[in-house]
Amino acid sequence: MTFVLTKNCEVQNMPQLEVARKHGAYASLEKLFARQPKDIIEEVKTSGLRGRGGAGFPTGMKWSFVPQNTGKPIYLVVNADESEPGTFKDRFLLERDPHLLIEGIIAASYAIGSHTAYVYFRGEFYRQWELFEKACAEARAAGLIGKNILGKGYDLEIYAHRGAGAYICGEETALLSSLEGGRGYPRIKPPFPAIEGLFACPTIVNNVETICAVPYIVREGGAGYRKFGTEKSSGTKLFSVCGHVKKPGVYEVPLGTPFKSFFKDYCGGTNGRPLKAVIVGGSSVPVLTAEQVMTMTLDYEAAQIAGTLLGSGGMIIVDDSVCAVEALADLARFYAHESCGQCTPCREGTGWSKKILDRLEAGRGEDSDISLLLQLADNMGGKTICTFADALAMPIRSWIKCFRTEFEDHLRLKTCPMKIGTLNSIRSS
Amino acid sequence: MTKLITLTIDGHPVEVPEGTTIFNAAKQLALEIPHFCYHPKLSIAGNCRLCQVEVEGARGPVISCRETVREGMVVRVNSEKAKQVRKDVLEFILINHPLDCPICDQSGECKLQDQYFNHSVQPSRMHLPKVHKPKAKPIGPQVMLDDERCVMCTRCIRFCDEIAGEHQLIMRERGDHSTIDVFPGKQLDHPYSLCTVDICPVGALTSSDFRFKKRVWFLNSTPSICTGCATGCNIWMDHHDRIVYRYRPRDNEAVNQCWLCDPGRMTYKAINAATRALFPMKLVGGAYQRLEWNDALSQVKEVLKSYKAADVVGVLSAQASNEENTAVKRFLEKTFPGLQLFWTGREAMPEFADKILRDADRNPNTHGVQALTTKRLDAQVKAKVLIVLGELTAQDLRLLMSIKPEVTIALADQLPHPEWAHYLLPRATHAEQDGTYVNRKGMEQQAKMAFPPKGESLSAVAIASKLMEIF
Repeated sequence: MTFVLTKNCEVQNMPQLEVARKHGAYASLEKLFARQPKDIIEEVKTSGLRGRGGAGFPTGMKWSFVPQNTGKPIYLVVNADESEPGTFKDRFLLERDPHLLIEGIIAASYAIGSHTAYVYFRGEFYRQWELFEKACAEARAAGLIGKNILGKGYDLEIYAHRGAGAYICGEETALLSSLEGGRGYPRIKPPFPAIEGLFACPTIVNNVETICAVPYIVREGGAGYRKFGTEKSSGTKLFSVCGHVKKPGVYEVPLGTPFKSFFKDYCGGTNGRPLKAVIVGGSSVPVLTAEQVMTMTLDYEAAQIAGTLLGSGGMIIVDDSVCAVEALADLARFYAHESCGQCTPCREGTGWSKKILDRLEAGRGEDSDISLLLQLADNMGGKTICTFADALAMPIRSWIKCFRTEFEDHLRLKTCPMKIGTLNSIRSS
Repeated sequence: MTKLITLTIDGHPVEVPEGTTIFNAAKQLALEIPHFCYHPKLSIAGNCRLCQVEVEGARGPVISCRETVREGMVVRVNSEKAKQVRKDVLEFILINHPLDCPICDQSGECKLQDQYFNHSVQPSRMHLPKVHKPKAKPIGPQVMLDDERCVMCTRCIRFCDEIAGEHQLIMRERGDHSTIDVFPGKQLDHPYSLCTVDICPVGALTSSDFRFKKRVWFLNSTPSICTGCATGCNIWMDHHDRIVYRYRPRDNEAVNQCWLCDPGRMTYKAINAATRALFPMKLVGGAYQRLEWNDALSQVKEVLKSYKAADVVGVLSAQASNEENTAVKRFLEKTFPGLQLFWTGREAMPEFADKILRDADRNPNTHGVQALTTKRLDAQVKAKVLIVLGELTAQDLRLLMSIKPEVTIALADQLPHPEWAHYLLPRATHAEQDGTYVNRKGMEQQAKMAFPPKGESLSAVAIASKLMEIF
């Protein structure tokens, strides 16, 4: 068992500063302020920490992109807009150990030279936001936030902001637009936020989990963090497991852990029915069949080889009671609802895909529907400002690739074969 | 000096300054890349995705409105791949479009129609119910919104924010339910609201005034000048069968760029008005009686015969063109050497002015008329005979009442109300004659004749020459 992030997550009353300090919260600050900010960035580079929001971009490298002499303020923005279906790992950290996040924010802000940090909470995270505000108030009273932190001459203010409940605001530039008070529209990149982000100032946007890993790196060094994981995917990662699984929950494992053992040892396998498919990293990554997933290890490279992405680590376990068409239709419904509507292909393509899938599931599909869906995926993916359209294009391609016969059965039978099957099994039992 | 970059577009080398977008580089080759959201005067939104082109080495198609050129860049606008991208984008735009072209006012000048016929012409693959949105929803006193036709290019929103400086339009909802809207209880009522109709590429925003008045393919467009104020905005006067239907801004970087204010646009109504003076008239017992032109001219001559130059006052107009003012002035000075000449025009309205286009001086030719006479009509004037070019303001009329001239002759395009002129010689409007106007910047600009004068009206130049002949 390794605990970089979740060491204290089972501690009672951990969100209280007193309890947190007893368990070592803010212990990294002495070491932090003893070093130069650029050394901290180097340490994070050494650690090999990669962004845990989904893209997996090397964190230290991202931090080093911040221009230091523009005369503009530098901002740290923590992305707590965790909205990807199947993903609830940040919520776990926010609920169980908010001081770990504050400690990480102090370290990250110090490293990039920021004196203002924002935490953008998903609109529905009201309780988590409240908890965080309380933790911040306690930390502020203890001199951990504000002017001259711990007498080290470093100032930092942290603001918590609640979104209004839009999935797209988890996209970093849409998040910034929303934080500025605008409509949550993604922006055209470049310029990247590190150069021109919040209020047109250099900004680093990091996921909650990424920031929470920083105190450990400060304390134990980049090499200490590297002890976990593989050569290219170092450290540990949270996986939030849900679906047809015996023990759903949030698990921290070193990257490179074989899925098979993770699934058996941590999650306890399925609920008894055979495993059909696994979405490894949140609803937007390509789905894998049971055979494909059993041979992969949980790291960025292995995921790529298997034809998927590690994404956010929101793992959805699907057993054989699920109809692939219905599952994909459900995903499409989410993306059609959450598309911000800015770019034509995504705005129209997500809605159209949803309608086609609904019709297919209802047994009213047309012969060309499967090829049409694949074409729509191509016409949407990679043709818009952000990658939202790809987040539906990838599931469309992969679900059809993995379960094409099921799609064809819907066309041939003019109904959902699973529904017939389920009815039969009920009758026979 | 800006560095020059060489790139190839569709095999043609082109040299442009560093920082130029692919879109503008293509323009140099007379290649117009199809687009909806891009507008030269507005910020880049990059959302319609129609202007995507193929760039060698790029991961996928790039939006040409935003992507700047690089040395040695190889761009393909008309490759099979790029053409296919345009087709795909148009297909997406059209899936929820109502295709109500037969009853759409934009039909005939719709960019979506044009782009479809130029770049797609494929049958729809969408055989499912479309998303329905509000239709014929008034969002302001001048503008009607049909949300189903909207392509979400956000030009109108950006225009209000960036040019008009009024944040009145917003995007509401998400995904394919997105709609343009105004804030609750508010409306699109800034004085440039009709510019949103101009820049709307489709029939989503239409002018409440022009709506359903005329199919656009019947309209003729004549280059002209707006006579609403001293700015002299360049316009296209759209007319058919001697009726003016609307003004549209005509590009002129030095004057109005590509904008036009709402009140200015509405000045066209005076040209069609039922109160137009169409025949020579004489005031008999408090009402006007129609005369033949020859009778009118000889009666005017007869009446004026007994007056000396000192009794006569001529009034030129800041509303009339240089040509009209000059001709009338020449006639007056020849016939009554040494007479007093004044000019008049609409009163200044400081609250009309703004920093965008509108000027407090609501006359199109103040500079022009002032070159002919510097004296503005005032209370000092003493006259037995008043010969007036153009209309009189309420203030002028009060003045007229106080001096009580024995004879008043008006060269007017509207029927005077109250009836102050003893003789009315019907004058053609600026739509019915060529004429030049000097705007507030001192620029002389020409308004072309759109159609021949209505009724028996004549340009003041022609009236002056007729008078000249008989005197």
